Amino acid sequence: MTTEEWKFTAKDIAEKPDLFLSGHRACAGCGPATVLRLIMKATRGPTIVTEATGCMEVVSSIYPYTSWAVPWLHTAFETAAANASGIEAALKIMKRKGKEKHEHVDVIAFAGDGGTYDIGIQALSGAVERGHDFLFVLYDNEAYMNTGIQRSGGTPHGAATTTSPAGTVIPGKLEYKKPIAEIMVAHEMPYVATASPYYWRDMLTKVRKGLEVEGPAFLHVFAPCPRGWRSDPAKSMEYSKLAVETCVFPVWESINGKCQLSIPSRLVALAPQKKKPVIDYLQGQGRFRHMFKPQGKKLLEEVQRVTDERWQRLLAKCGMPQKP
Amino acid sequence: MASLVKQERTAMSGDEAVAYAAKQSDVDVVAAYPITPQTIIVEKFSEYVANGEVETEFVCVESEHSAMAASLSASVTGARAFTATASAGLALMHEMLFVTSGCRAPVVMAVANRALSAPLNIHGDHSDSMAARDSGWIQLYAENAQEAYDSIIQAFRIAEDLDVLLPVMVGLDGFTLSHTLENVDTLPDDVAKKFVGTRRLTNVLTHEGKMAPFRLDPDNPMTMGPIALQNYYFEFKRQQEEAMKNALEVIQKVNDAFAEVSGRKYGNGLIDAYCLEDAEVAAVCLGSTAGTMKTIVDELRAKGVKAGLLRLRTFRPFPVEQIQNALKNVKAVAVMDKSMSFGGNGGAVFHEVRHVLYDLEAKPFVVNYIYGLGGRDSSPRELRGIYEDLQGILQSKHVENPIQYLGLRE
Repeated sequence: MTTEEWKFTAKDIAEKPDLFLSGHRACAGCGPATVLRLIMKATRGPTIVTEATGCMEVVSSIYPYTSWAVPWLHTAFETAAANASGIEAALKIMKRKGKEKHEHVDVIAFAGDGGTYDIGIQALSGAVERGHDFLFVLYDNEAYMNTGIQRSGGTPHGAATTTSPAGTVIPGKLEYKKPIAEIMVAHEMPYVATASPYYWRDMLTKVRKGLEVEGPAFLHVFAPCPRGWRSDPAKSMEYSKLAVETCVFPVWESINGKCQLSIPSRLVALAPQKKKPVIDYLQGQGRFRHMFKPQGKKLLEEVQRVTDERWQRLLAKCGMPQKP
Repeated sequence: MASLVKQERTAMSGDEAVAYAAKQSDVDVVAAYPITPQTIIVEKFSEYVANGEVETEFVCVESEHSAMAASLSASVTGARAFTATASAGLALMHEMLFVTSGCRAPVVMAVANRALSAPLNIHGDHSDSMAARDSGWIQLYAENAQEAYDSIIQAFRIAEDLDVLLPVMVGLDGFTLSHTLENVDTLPDDVAKKFVGTRRLTNVLTHEGKMAPFRLDPDNPMTMGPIALQNYYFEFKRQQEEAMKNALEVIQKVNDAFAEVSGRKYGNGLIDAYCLEDAEVAAVCLGSTAGTMKTIVDELRAKGVKAGLLRLRTFRPFPVEQIQNALKNVKAVAVMDKSMSFGGNGGAVFHEVRHVLYDLEAKPFVVNYIYGLGGRDSSPRELRGIYEDLQGILQSKHVENPIQYLGLRE
């Protein structure tokens, strides 16, 4: 089944059996759990999943229970891409030797921001350089949530975490979010995309594209965490929408190095007056609360400035007209 | 014992012998990263791949950590996986060693034993694999290049035995074995391949209630490497211990079966007892040191000294009963360690050997000799001194200092 044949309508999705099953122990409003459930709806045939240590691994595999209706492997925190390498290599040779009967098996590696930006980046970079045929999905909830909300390379500037608390001297995380998807584009890999679960059809189409491409594919998915963000569990999808509308998390894809904005972000690019201020996204999230106090004004301005700069750079990369 | 098949004698280094054994073992996936003194193994294997001499996916990983992760993942997918490392590489894999044995993945790994930093040292000692002795891996130590070759072939049979399903590491002393040319007799390809056999998979009950082969298979979904908490973790660990116990039997059986094909036998597979029947003084060692020690025993025997040697071919599982039997009549024992257990009052081999001797009715005197760290040479004269010390202990009925350092400037 190719992307063209399957349109990812709500009906398609409802009819397709779940491969990430209910009964897992994720929190109410968990963005990553929604992301995983949806992504598994976009698989196209025999699939093996491997997952880094993290929230989604822990909530889905508490022995003797499992939420996985596909073969699934967890080994360690930093190994998602190395696991995928080993699985893909094994499938390839076993197929050649007649020990694996499926014509093709898709391999998907899931990891959080810790398992991607930080401890997992070496294995990821190596696996992509070697050209293994797999899809790496980063579910980015912007901190080490499983261990209790510590900052990661994916935590945004200013956010308060338990290792970057908003103190009287230091106002949350001083560093900026690492441009991980652009780092992956720099690997000259065939497919890189960013996605937000609010725009679920866009996200699922990207999953399918990533699976269809020959060689490595990387999908960076925005995944709100109400516990870690100190946000209302009912608003995870709302934040997923606002992140795109404010250009905090634009959605785009890079096919063989050619970058283009996806429709939700393209609409913002084409009608800049509709671009929302970052405060619309930041307010209501407890991790940014200190930025709304009088002394946080400068920080707010800085976050807006850096968001705009990154957006302008992305527009240039995508060949879109740059407007203030 | 007469050899049953015609074998080819080739001059090979220990590393080359290991690569050749892996080549003949129908390995599906090799994921490895180069490190001295193991490098020749991956270089040689890369040549086999480049020349189409093997049907193997070679994954040139970016680190040893990924080497073990990929080997383990390939193994649970159902492939036969092999890797090789040394020293810092084994240390970097440390986390994954436990995951591999815990996932019951029968990966085979050659370890060209080498010192650990700091200071940096590329030469042979056992610091690397001794630091991994509690990682749930079977550990075999080869005496020479021939045994390194034979042990790799045997290791697949041991690891993949359905009563074992544990990873196996085969140690060969860095440079002394890894880089030194020896005559190695190799089995014909078809004989080696038949001996190793095709990998069998154990059947397990999946969460869907079906019996299915234990592998990642889209037709029989299985959750591998789950989280198991206070209510189950302990049972998983206990099963690994049971598998180690089973390995004691399997290693001996495979050693016997290999002897039938090749004519070569390494003691009973677990221990290699040399002139121990009536020995009064004996040394215990691992690896290549045994070669020199056996020559010394011969010299001493010619002079009427009742000397013997116990080489531990298998260090994990630790062959408790076999060691007790081999040493029960010996009056003074010197245990040799090529690694340190800092602050541990002697080396690891010393601790473990002395621990099993405690249960003997007539306990021998036991002395520890720490030697050869960072590849320091131990001369026959120094090694002979060990037996002289033991004779002195027998005369004085007293151990002055139980922990000795051989050939060290104090």
